[in-house]
Amino acid sequence: MARAHRPVFLPPAGYRRRRVRDAARLLPVLGVVLLVVPLLWTRSDQPGGVGNSVALIYVFAVWAGLIAGANLLSRLLRRDTEDDADEDGRDPSA
Amino acid sequence: MTLTFDTLVAVSLGYVAVLFAVAFAAERRADAGSSVWLRSPLIYTLSLSIYCTAWTFYGAVGYAARSGLEYLTIYLGPSLVMIGWWWVLRKLVRIGRAQRITSIADLVSSRFGKSPWIGALVTLIAVAGVTPYIALQLQSISLTFAAFTEGMPGGSTDVEFVALWTAVGLAVFTILFGTRNLDPSERHHGIVMAIAVEAVVKLFALLAVGAFVVWGLGGGLSGTLARIDASDVPMWQGDGGRWVGLTLLSGAAFLTLPRMFHVLVVENDDDRHLAVASWAFPLYVLLMSLFVVPIAVVGLERLPSGSNPDLFVLALPISEGHGGLALLAFLGGFSSATSMVIVATIALATMVSNHIVAPLWLSTREPDAVSRDLRGTILLARRVSVGGVLSLGYIYFQLTGSGVALSAIGLIAFAGVAQILPAMLGGIFWRGGTAGGAAAGLLLGAAVWVWTLFLPSFGTAVIPAGVLDHGPYGLGWLRPRALFGIEGIDPLLHSVIWSLLLNTGAFTLVSLLTFPKPLERLQGAQFVNVFEQANPSRAWSRSGAEVEDLLVLAQRVLGSEAALDLFGREAEGQGKSGHLPDPTPAFLQELERELAGSVGAAAAHALVGQFVKGPGVSVEDLMAVADEAAQILEYSARLEHKSAEQERTARALREANDKLTHIARQKDAFLSRISHELRTPTTSIRSFSSILGEEGLTPEEARRFAGIVEAEAQRMTRLLDDLLDLSVLREGQVSLRQQEGLLSEVIDRAVVSAGTIQGGLRVVRDAAAEAVPVTTDLDRLAQVFINLVSNARKYCDAARPELRIGVQRRGGQVIIDFVDNGSGIPVPEREVVFESFARLTGRRTGSAEPTGAGLGLAICREIMAHLGGSISYLPGQGGAAFRVILPQGLSAAAAE
Repeated sequence: MARAHRPVFLPPAGYRRRRVRDAARLLPVLGVVLLVVPLLWTRSDQPGGVGNSVALIYVFAVWAGLIAGANLLSRLLRRDTEDDADEDGRDPSA
Repeated sequence: MTLTFDTLVAVSLGYVAVLFAVAFAAERRADAGSSVWLRSPLIYTLSLSIYCTAWTFYGAVGYAARSGLEYLTIYLGPSLVMIGWWWVLRKLVRIGRAQRITSIADLVSSRFGKSPWIGALVTLIAVAGVTPYIALQLQSISLTFAAFTEGMPGGSTDVEFVALWTAVGLAVFTILFGTRNLDPSERHHGIVMAIAVEAVVKLFALLAVGAFVVWGLGGGLSGTLARIDASDVPMWQGDGGRWVGLTLLSGAAFLTLPRMFHVLVVENDDDRHLAVASWAFPLYVLLMSLFVVPIAVVGLERLPSGSNPDLFVLALPISEGHGGLALLAFLGGFSSATSMVIVATIALATMVSNHIVAPLWLSTREPDAVSRDLRGTILLARRVSVGGVLSLGYIYFQLTGSGVALSAIGLIAFAGVAQILPAMLGGIFWRGGTAGGAAAGLLLGAAVWVWTLFLPSFGTAVIPAGVLDHGPYGLGWLRPRALFGIEGIDPLLHSVIWSLLLNTGAFTLVSLLTFPKPLERLQGAQFVNVFEQANPSRAWSRSGAEVEDLLVLAQRVLGSEAALDLFGREAEGQGKSGHLPDPTPAFLQELERELAGSVGAAAAHALVGQFVKGPGVSVEDLMAVADEAAQILEYSARLEHKSAEQERTARALREANDKLTHIARQKDAFLSRISHELRTPTTSIRSFSSILGEEGLTPEEARRFAGIVEAEAQRMTRLLDDLLDLSVLREGQVSLRQQEGLLSEVIDRAVVSAGTIQGGLRVVRDAAAEAVPVTTDLDRLAQVFINLVSNARKYCDAARPELRIGVQRRGGQVIIDFVDNGSGIPVPEREVVFESFARLTGRRTGSAEPTGAGLGLAICREIMAHLGGSISYLPGQGGAAFRVILPQGLSAAAAE
C-alpha cells in the first residue's frame, strides 16, 4: 500500500503544481475583471470622456497581458500533464 | 497591376486548386501513417481560426466604423474561453475522446441517456442557427466579387451566379474530403490541413492591408493614433450592457457553434495541443483585430462618404491603386468564407445524418433487416446532408438577398446556438441534470430565440408590424421586442437575456423535479467525473449476445478490416486466439463506443441493444454510480485489475488445455485411421500380388490386377509423401526457392490444378486486385492455394457452390481471402482445423467418408510460417473463410 507511506505534507513539486492549476483557473477571472473596467468610462465623444486611442490601447494591452500569462501557464501546465496523471484517476505511486 | 474579371476568376480557381492539392497531399500522408506533423499544436491552433469568418474579416471593420470598440467583444469572448481552458475546454476534450463524441448534438444526446430526441433537437437548433451563417459567407463572396469587378473590363458580375458556383464548389470539396471515409475517430486530415493554410492566408492578407494602411496611408504609428483620436467615431460609446452581453454571447457561441465544437473537440487528439492553443489562439485573433480600427478610420477619411464600411478592407487598396494588395485581401476574405463553410457543413452533415437520418432509418426497419451495408447508407446520408445544408444556405441567401448587414446575421446565429450552452455545461458539471430538463430548456430557449430574434430578422414580411407593436392577438406581454412588457432593451440583448434565462431556468427546474433513467445517471456520472474514472462503469451488464452477430454488425458499420482488427485485438487481450472474443460487458462498451464514433451514441446504443439481451444497466452499476466515495474503490480496482490478469491467464490455459485434449483425441483417432489407411492398400497389394503369382490368369486379368496394385501403391505413396512433407516442414529443413511472379498467375495455377471446373465450383475473382507482384516460393504458395481451393470444392455444401478470392494490400503485406458460400466450419472445430490429423466430422461433407488424410491445412500452416506469413480462419463471412497473409517481399515493394 503506497498510501501508508505518504508524508503528511505533499511534496513541494505537487504543491507547486496545484497552485499553477489554481492560477490557470483564475487567469480568465482576472481577464473578466480587467475587461469590465470600460464600463466605468464616459463616452469618448463627451467632455471628460476616455480618449479614442487610450481606450483602444487599454483593451489591447489587457488582451496581450492575458496572452502572455496564458503562455507562461501553458508551459508550466504542459510539464504537469506530462509527468503526472493523478487527475486522470491513475495513481502515480501505483 | 490592372485586374480584369478573368484574372480574378482565374486567381480564385487557382487558389482553390492549391487547396485541393494541399488537402489531397495531407490525406495521402495521413494514409501513409506519417501524420505526426499533420497533428501538431500549430495546425490545431490554425484550424481553430475558422472562428474568423468572412463576417469578422470584412464585417469587423464595418462594425468598428459604426460602433467603435464593440467589435472587439466578438474576439474577447472566445479569448477568455481559451485562456480559461482549464475550466471547460479541457473537460470537453477529455469527454469527447472518452465517449467518442462526433458532434455537439452527440455530446448532449449522449450525456442525457443517449436520447435520440435530444440529439435531433440540438441538430435542428444548429441547422436553424447556422444556415443563415452559411448564407452570410456566400453573400460576402458574391459581394466582394461585385465590389471588385465594378467598372472592371470584362464583367458585370452576376452576384447570384457567383454564389451558386461557390456553393457547388464547396459541396464538391466537402464531399470529397469530408465524407471520404467513415472514420470512427471522425478526423479529416485533408480538411484540417487546408483550413490551416487558409488561416495563414487570411491572417497574412489582413496584416498586409493593415500595414499598408498604417505605414502607407496613416503616417506611421503615431500618425495613425492621432487620426484615431481625431476621428468622428467614438471608440467607447458607453453601452456597457452590449459590451458585457456580446462578450458573453460570443464566448458561449465559441463553445456551441457546431463547427467550433468540431475543430475544438472532435478533431483534437491531444490535451497538450489545447495548452498551446490557449494562448496561441487569442494571439491569432488579437492579430486579426489589430488593424481593424486603423482601417476603419482611414477608410472613413479617404473613401467617398456613403461607401459600405463592410468592404473597406477591399475598397481601400483598390481606391489607392494597389491591385495586388486588393487581390490578396480578396483571397483572405475568400479563405475566411470557404473554410468556415466547409467545416460548418461537415459538422452539420454529421449531425443531420447521425441524429435525424440514422434514427429514422433504423426505426423503419426490423432488427434483422439491418443486414444491408450500413456503412454505405450512412456515407450516402452524410453526402446528401452536405448537399442539403449547402442548398439550405443558398436558398436562405436567395430569400434574404443582400439587404441585411453582415454583423446582424452573425449575431443572430450566435444567439441561436448559444441555446445549447445550458444543457451542455449543465451536463458536464452537474450530475442532477436530466433529459427532461435538457429538452425543456432547449425547447423553451429555442422558441424564445425564434420569436424574439430569428423571425423578426426577416423583416415585417414574416412578423407584421402590428404584432411587433402590440403582440400576437393583442397580447402585449408577448411582443417580440418587449417580452413581459419590459421595454427599452437593445433587441439582441433582449432576446439573449430572455432566451438564456428561461432556458437555464427550465433546465434547472425540470431537472430538479424529474427522476433520471438509469442510463442517464450512468452517463451523467461518466461525464461529470471524467477525470476520476479509473474503470469506466458499464452500460451493458450481461449479455446473450452472439459474438459472431456482433462482428457482422461491426463489419457493416466500421468496415470489414477495422472490425476484424477490433475483435482480434480484444480476443488477444482476453487471452484468446482468433477473432471472436467473449462478449464481456467491457467489450460491449468498447464496441458501442467504436460504433458511436461512426453513427453517434444514440444510434450505436440502439444497434448494440438489438443484439444484447437483458437489462442495459445492472444494479451493481447503479450502486457504483450512487457511491459518492469513489476513492475507496481505488484499492479494490487495483485488485480487480490483478484478478482480471489472472483470469486472462487462466482463460489462455483453459483454452490451451481444451485444444490439447481435443488434439489428443484426434491423434488417437488418426493413429487408428492411419493404420487403417495404410493397411487397406497393403492388404490389397498383398492379396493381388499373390493372385498375380498364381497360374492360369488371362493377360486381361493380369493387367487389371497389376493396375490395382499400382493404384494402391500410389495411394500409399501419396499418404507417406504428405507425412514426410509435414515432418520436413516442421523440422525446418525445407529449402525455399525465392522467385518473382504475379499473384494472379499463382492463383490461376491453383484454380486449374484443384479441378474446380469438373467440380462445379464457381470461382469469383478480381483480376485488378490480383495483379500484385510477389517475391516468394511460388510453388509452395501454389500448394497452399490448391489446398484451399480443393477444400472448397470438396466441402462447400451450398446448392450452387461459389468461392470468392479477394486480394488486398495493407502495409507491405498481401492479404488473400478465400471465402465460400457454404455453411462454414462450426466454432469448436475452428480451433483444430490447422492441426495435423484434423478432419471435420463429416457433417458438412455430404459424403459418407472424408477423402483426405487431414494433413492439408496443417501443411498449409507450416508453409505459410516458412514464407513469413500466416493463414487463419476468418469468422463472420457467411461461409468457410480462410485468410492468407503474405509479406510482399522487398524487391516487389521497392519496384512499386
